[in-house]
Amino acid sequence: MSQNGCKTESRLERVLREGHFAVTAEVGPPKSASSKGISRHAAAIKEVADAINLTDNQTAIVRLCSLAAAVHVMQAGGEPVMQITCRDRNRIAIQSDLLGAYSLGVRNVLCLTGDHISFGNHPQARTVYDLDSVQLVKLVRDMRENRRFQNGEEIKVAPPRFFIGAAENPFADPVEFRALRLGKKVKAGADFIQTQAVFDIDRFARFMQVVRDMGLDEQVFILAGIVPTRSARALERTATVPGMVVPQELIDRMKGAADQEKEGVAIAVELISRLREIPGVRGVHIMAIAWEEIVPEIVREAGLLPRPRLEVPTPA
Amino acid sequence: MIIAEQKPIPEIAAQVRQCRKVLVLGCGGCVTVCQAGGEKEAEILASALRLMGVREGWDTAFDSMAITRQCDPEYLDGIARKVAEYDCVLSLGCGVGVNFLAERFPRTWVVPGLNTKGAGATLEAGVWEERCLACGDCILHLTGGICPIVRCSKSLLNGPCGGSQGGKCEISPDVACGWQLIYDRLKQLDRLDLLLEVREPKDWSRTHDGGLRRVVKEEARL
Repeated sequence: MSQNGCKTESRLERVLREGHFAVTAEVGPPKSASSKGISRHAAAIKEVADAINLTDNQTAIVRLCSLAAAVHVMQAGGEPVMQITCRDRNRIAIQSDLLGAYSLGVRNVLCLTGDHISFGNHPQARTVYDLDSVQLVKLVRDMRENRRFQNGEEIKVAPPRFFIGAAENPFADPVEFRALRLGKKVKAGADFIQTQAVFDIDRFARFMQVVRDMGLDEQVFILAGIVPTRSARALERTATVPGMVVPQELIDRMKGAADQEKEGVAIAVELISRLREIPGVRGVHIMAIAWEEIVPEIVREAGLLPRPRLEVPTPA
Repeated sequence: MIIAEQKPIPEIAAQVRQCRKVLVLGCGGCVTVCQAGGEKEAEILASALRLMGVREGWDTAFDSMAITRQCDPEYLDGIARKVAEYDCVLSLGCGVGVNFLAERFPRTWVVPGLNTKGAGATLEAGVWEERCLACGDCILHLTGGICPIVRCSKSLLNGPCGGSQGGKCEISPDVACGWQLIYDRLKQLDRLDLLLEVREPKDWSRTHDGGLRRVVKEEARL
């Protein structure tokens, strides 16, 4: 561990360890071989967020891979969080991608189970799920802390040293097990958590109470998820996604708004300000799905600018 | 038992309509229990194909019969003479039966009449559902007797994922979340401690991923 307490060269880790309220934002890679959109979004978002997540074939739809997308973000001057799901690759492919990503400069990963193939555009494909997200977290941790591949073999030279993220959905069932499962991810080696979208603040606050009672907020940086929506219809659609809870009053509010995009921004900003008041919440993760260009406005309106300027940390 | 269901008749017809003489062969084992390929089903299928042949003008003869089990050499030996009279056997056994017939009768064209679904059980009259993926490394003692490999759509060992809601799996409101079932049962039995352990990646080499599996019991060999 280096002098600032950091285990990795991740800038995001440093922001969090220095006690700043972190901002991360998601960019969805395109269904094409063009890097233009990623680079454009990254250039705008890097000014307002500490790191940029690149989704891994989100909802099981074929897209430009998260590893290449992460490299495009770096070329645009941003810091990527490469998302990895267990859906499409076995432990051999995943470890290979981790080595490759680290060699290219990626320092953050988010370990996910992955949406089921039946949601996507190739439902006839074979699912993999050789590992699950908890096992993936442990695998990345073992590479860093024990210099070991998953099979126990030593990584003799240059083990990848990632800042390890995991997700948790406080709104999925069984509700009373969610904080315990978060605890499993912490035990497996998660350094930070990006939660599923929060719309129901009261329910999220109850979840955080359990998390604090377990002392987990002291062991892991929790970034609360924000999904800004640009229309009442988009919000209603979001509410139907398994594991999402959207209070009816928010949907009604969007329906009644003269300018729904503006209302969507206002709701996101309000949610962020309420989340900041919850002890143990160390940042927000903004997932503006297919609406990435709105991220700077939300971060500005939420009073989260300027972002901390850090000198390049000393390599670990 | 092995659960299976009959292929659509046009798909079966496409496999056999060029043949001269077809034996529709039922199996008295699992597929009789799940009413997919027993003697009765073989007879009905043979009649349906005969009718279709007459309507569409193919020159194919169909007979039907069933044997005790298609997955046992003893019963296949018993029909060797009969099979020699046909140029095609349409097996209503599970995939094992089809394979075994093809191995035993190298000169006979053997085709499948069923789609084999897995290892399952009877839920209620007329409904069967899989309960085991034959992973070769049983962990049911860790999950209260409910298998996450087959009941969880993602075969997670550290479930449930974030897509579990209201007891249902994210893939469909008609599919129960396997991990919710496991959670409920372990809670009832006061064994939730089992869910707090981080379960290691599974050894998939014990499944088919490790190659063709064979079971040998020395004391049973002749």
